[in-house]
Amino acid sequence: MRRLPNGKRRWRARVTRHAPLPAWPGLLAGLFLCALILGPLAAVTWRAGGGGWPVAADWAALRFTVLQAVLSALISVALAVPVARALARRRFPGRGPLITLLGAPFILPVIVAVLGLLAVFGRGGVLNDLLLWLGLPRVQIYGLHGVVLAHVFFNLPLATRMILQGWQAIPAERFRLAASLGMSPGTVLRVLEWPMLRGVLPGAALIIFALCLSSFAVALTLGGGPRATTLELAIYQAFHFDFDLGRAAVLAVMQLALVVAAAAPALRWGAATGFGAGLDRVQRRWEAETPLLRAQDAALIALVALFLLTPLAAVVWRGLAGVADMPAQVWRAAAVSLGVSLAATVLCLALALALAVLALRRPWIEALGLMGIAVSPLVIGTGLFLIVNPWADPARLALAVTALVNAVMALPFALRMILPRLREVEDSHGRLATSLGMTGAARLRWLILPRLRPVLGFSAGLTAALAMGDLGVIALFADMENATLPLQILRLMGAYRMEQAAGAGLLLLILSLALFWAFDRGGRDNAAV
Amino acid sequence: MLRFEDVQITQGDFTLRADLSVDPGARVAVIGPSGAGKSTLLNAVAGFLDIAAGRISWDGGDITATPPAARPVAMLFQDNNLFPHLTVAQNIGLGLRPDLRLSTDQRVLVDGALDRVGLGALGDRRPGQLSGGQQGRAALARVLIQRKPIVLLDEPFAALGPALKTEMLDLVAELASETGATLLMVSHDPADARRICPQTILVDEGRAAPPTDTAHLLDNPPPGLRAYLGN
Repeated sequence: MRRLPNGKRRWRARVTRHAPLPAWPGLLAGLFLCALILGPLAAVTWRAGGGGWPVAADWAALRFTVLQAVLSALISVALAVPVARALARRRFPGRGPLITLLGAPFILPVIVAVLGLLAVFGRGGVLNDLLLWLGLPRVQIYGLHGVVLAHVFFNLPLATRMILQGWQAIPAERFRLAASLGMSPGTVLRVLEWPMLRGVLPGAALIIFALCLSSFAVALTLGGGPRATTLELAIYQAFHFDFDLGRAAVLAVMQLALVVAAAAPALRWGAATGFGAGLDRVQRRWEAETPLLRAQDAALIALVALFLLTPLAAVVWRGLAGVADMPAQVWRAAAVSLGVSLAATVLCLALALALAVLALRRPWIEALGLMGIAVSPLVIGTGLFLIVNPWADPARLALAVTALVNAVMALPFALRMILPRLREVEDSHGRLATSLGMTGAARLRWLILPRLRPVLGFSAGLTAALAMGDLGVIALFADMENATLPLQILRLMGAYRMEQAAGAGLLLLILSLALFWAFDRGGRDNAAV
Repeated sequence: MLRFEDVQITQGDFTLRADLSVDPGARVAVIGPSGAGKSTLLNAVAGFLDIAAGRISWDGGDITATPPAARPVAMLFQDNNLFPHLTVAQNIGLGLRPDLRLSTDQRVLVDGALDRVGLGALGDRRPGQLSGGQQGRAALARVLIQRKPIVLLDEPFAALGPALKTEMLDLVAELASETGATLLMVSHDPADARRICPQTILVDEGRAAPPTDTAHLLDNPPPGLRAYLGN
């Protein structure tokens, strides 16, 4: 029997009789999810059986996938440590916006970031102009280092936020005690900070490693060639260039094995990552109040801000030039993407809510919802393609499949946010609602939806932005008529129409951020305390 | 009459037994040491806890397996007795219809209940905009409108100051006598029991004793209660 802090026995919803909310929507959602994930996996595995043993190029793709993920994780985390420390101990104007910016890459469409990185580090980019002016040789962004650069761009902010949370979990009193004992910065590092880092760093590195394993859009745009192909990209190429379904299936099984092996430990660590509430506290650090350390922290923060902001500024700058003459397909693709994004959002929230209600009584349901994190979109896409192909033209289902897969991919995040809040609501108000006879629709309408509104808004914003910017499964399915905005940008880039691609990139950036903002705002507006 | 027939409630390794009856319209305090099972007893009546053995009946009808909302019971908890996102009038209206589809007549009833507890003009406010005492009144207005024959109070006013708490208890007593409801009230303060409850159920050592005269019990406490009262 668990007890609350005030010594009261904890009240628990009765499992068997008089459930205030029905279980069938959750069961239905669970079955749907299983069918959507396990069906394609089964199809892929079955088809791979006839696809033969992996060839040398497949093993090379596996090696490259692991190598770039390891490098991306190590570099992101290594750079994030000093940056997080600087943010943890310095108060300066713009700190709040900078921390918000650190959360932005999560909803930033990959293709937009790639456009920005190309504008800075690419052939005709700012960096090469600078090198040329200095009389130095040009640098090349394509290949392993380009892939890793893009992954660091995305994951350095994530790592910084995770490590910053670790720093802020150290009680302020410890630093005060360290100051009163006259500890030097080195001693503080050894005694207070290193033990925290030892706990936080492996988790952060593991999560980034797992995320980078499923890298598709980055490898597609900045990698390529036999020396820089990830498994996901190889799946796409097997489809797109060779239409070799057997080989795609073999690669998909390899990717599946890899991701499942990495996801299990990453999920365990991932439980600790929040979305950064309470990162606005600054700890007073007496031992660090020296001019030299001050300058060092300022330089670090400036460098990171530069690294994150320059590509985004380049997207806006170049996009403004290209926005004027965007072809009609871009606007059509934008409308298509909005539709896909909204459909994915509605489906994701419905699934999350149904599963969360069921998970109140059957906690293991949560694991089902988290499956989406452990499978790669291209593997699911391959499987769905294999299932659909004999019956219908997959291209006709491209948009529906994209919405479906995006809903499943965003589901773990939505569930992670909705379920704890739903538990709180049921713990504090469930008994009153039950005693008043509020069941089913009445309970949903008058208790649960209003209380969950802020998390529902945030989850919807996240899902909408992720789906808006997704460039994954759509690339497998779409024909020339059907394109989402990210795919349209990719096609413009492929045709070397970089001005138009930049304009479309700006449009995509604005739409993604606007969707997130609108949903999140809508959830918080008028929300009762 | 509310009857506990050889009732046994088990929560983990804790067991509470009760074999007693409460007369209709009685006002009964439930007192005893912390953790003795006072709230457990009320939660069993309200239907939030399954009982392991025995039966609970009201007016001769077995309510042991009746769902909470269908029991002849209105309950106020220690906290969260109002939904913070709904207006006071909506909170009270839930006592009539859990889906809030109120008819014109029912709206009149809600207004009447608001007036009765002295919150006439505050129906459109949210609970967060009310004082602690006003929140207590709003919750009591809902209990009033529910018209249930049994009212259970699990220390809903414990967080209020002494003067406010007394005011609330007097209002509870008034409302109970107006509606003829049977009142069971958990309390930590013997003065509360003396003030509005002629009878008291003592819960101690895994047993809820039949109601006895409050003044007599408190003046001549058995050893367990004496230790708890601390005099």
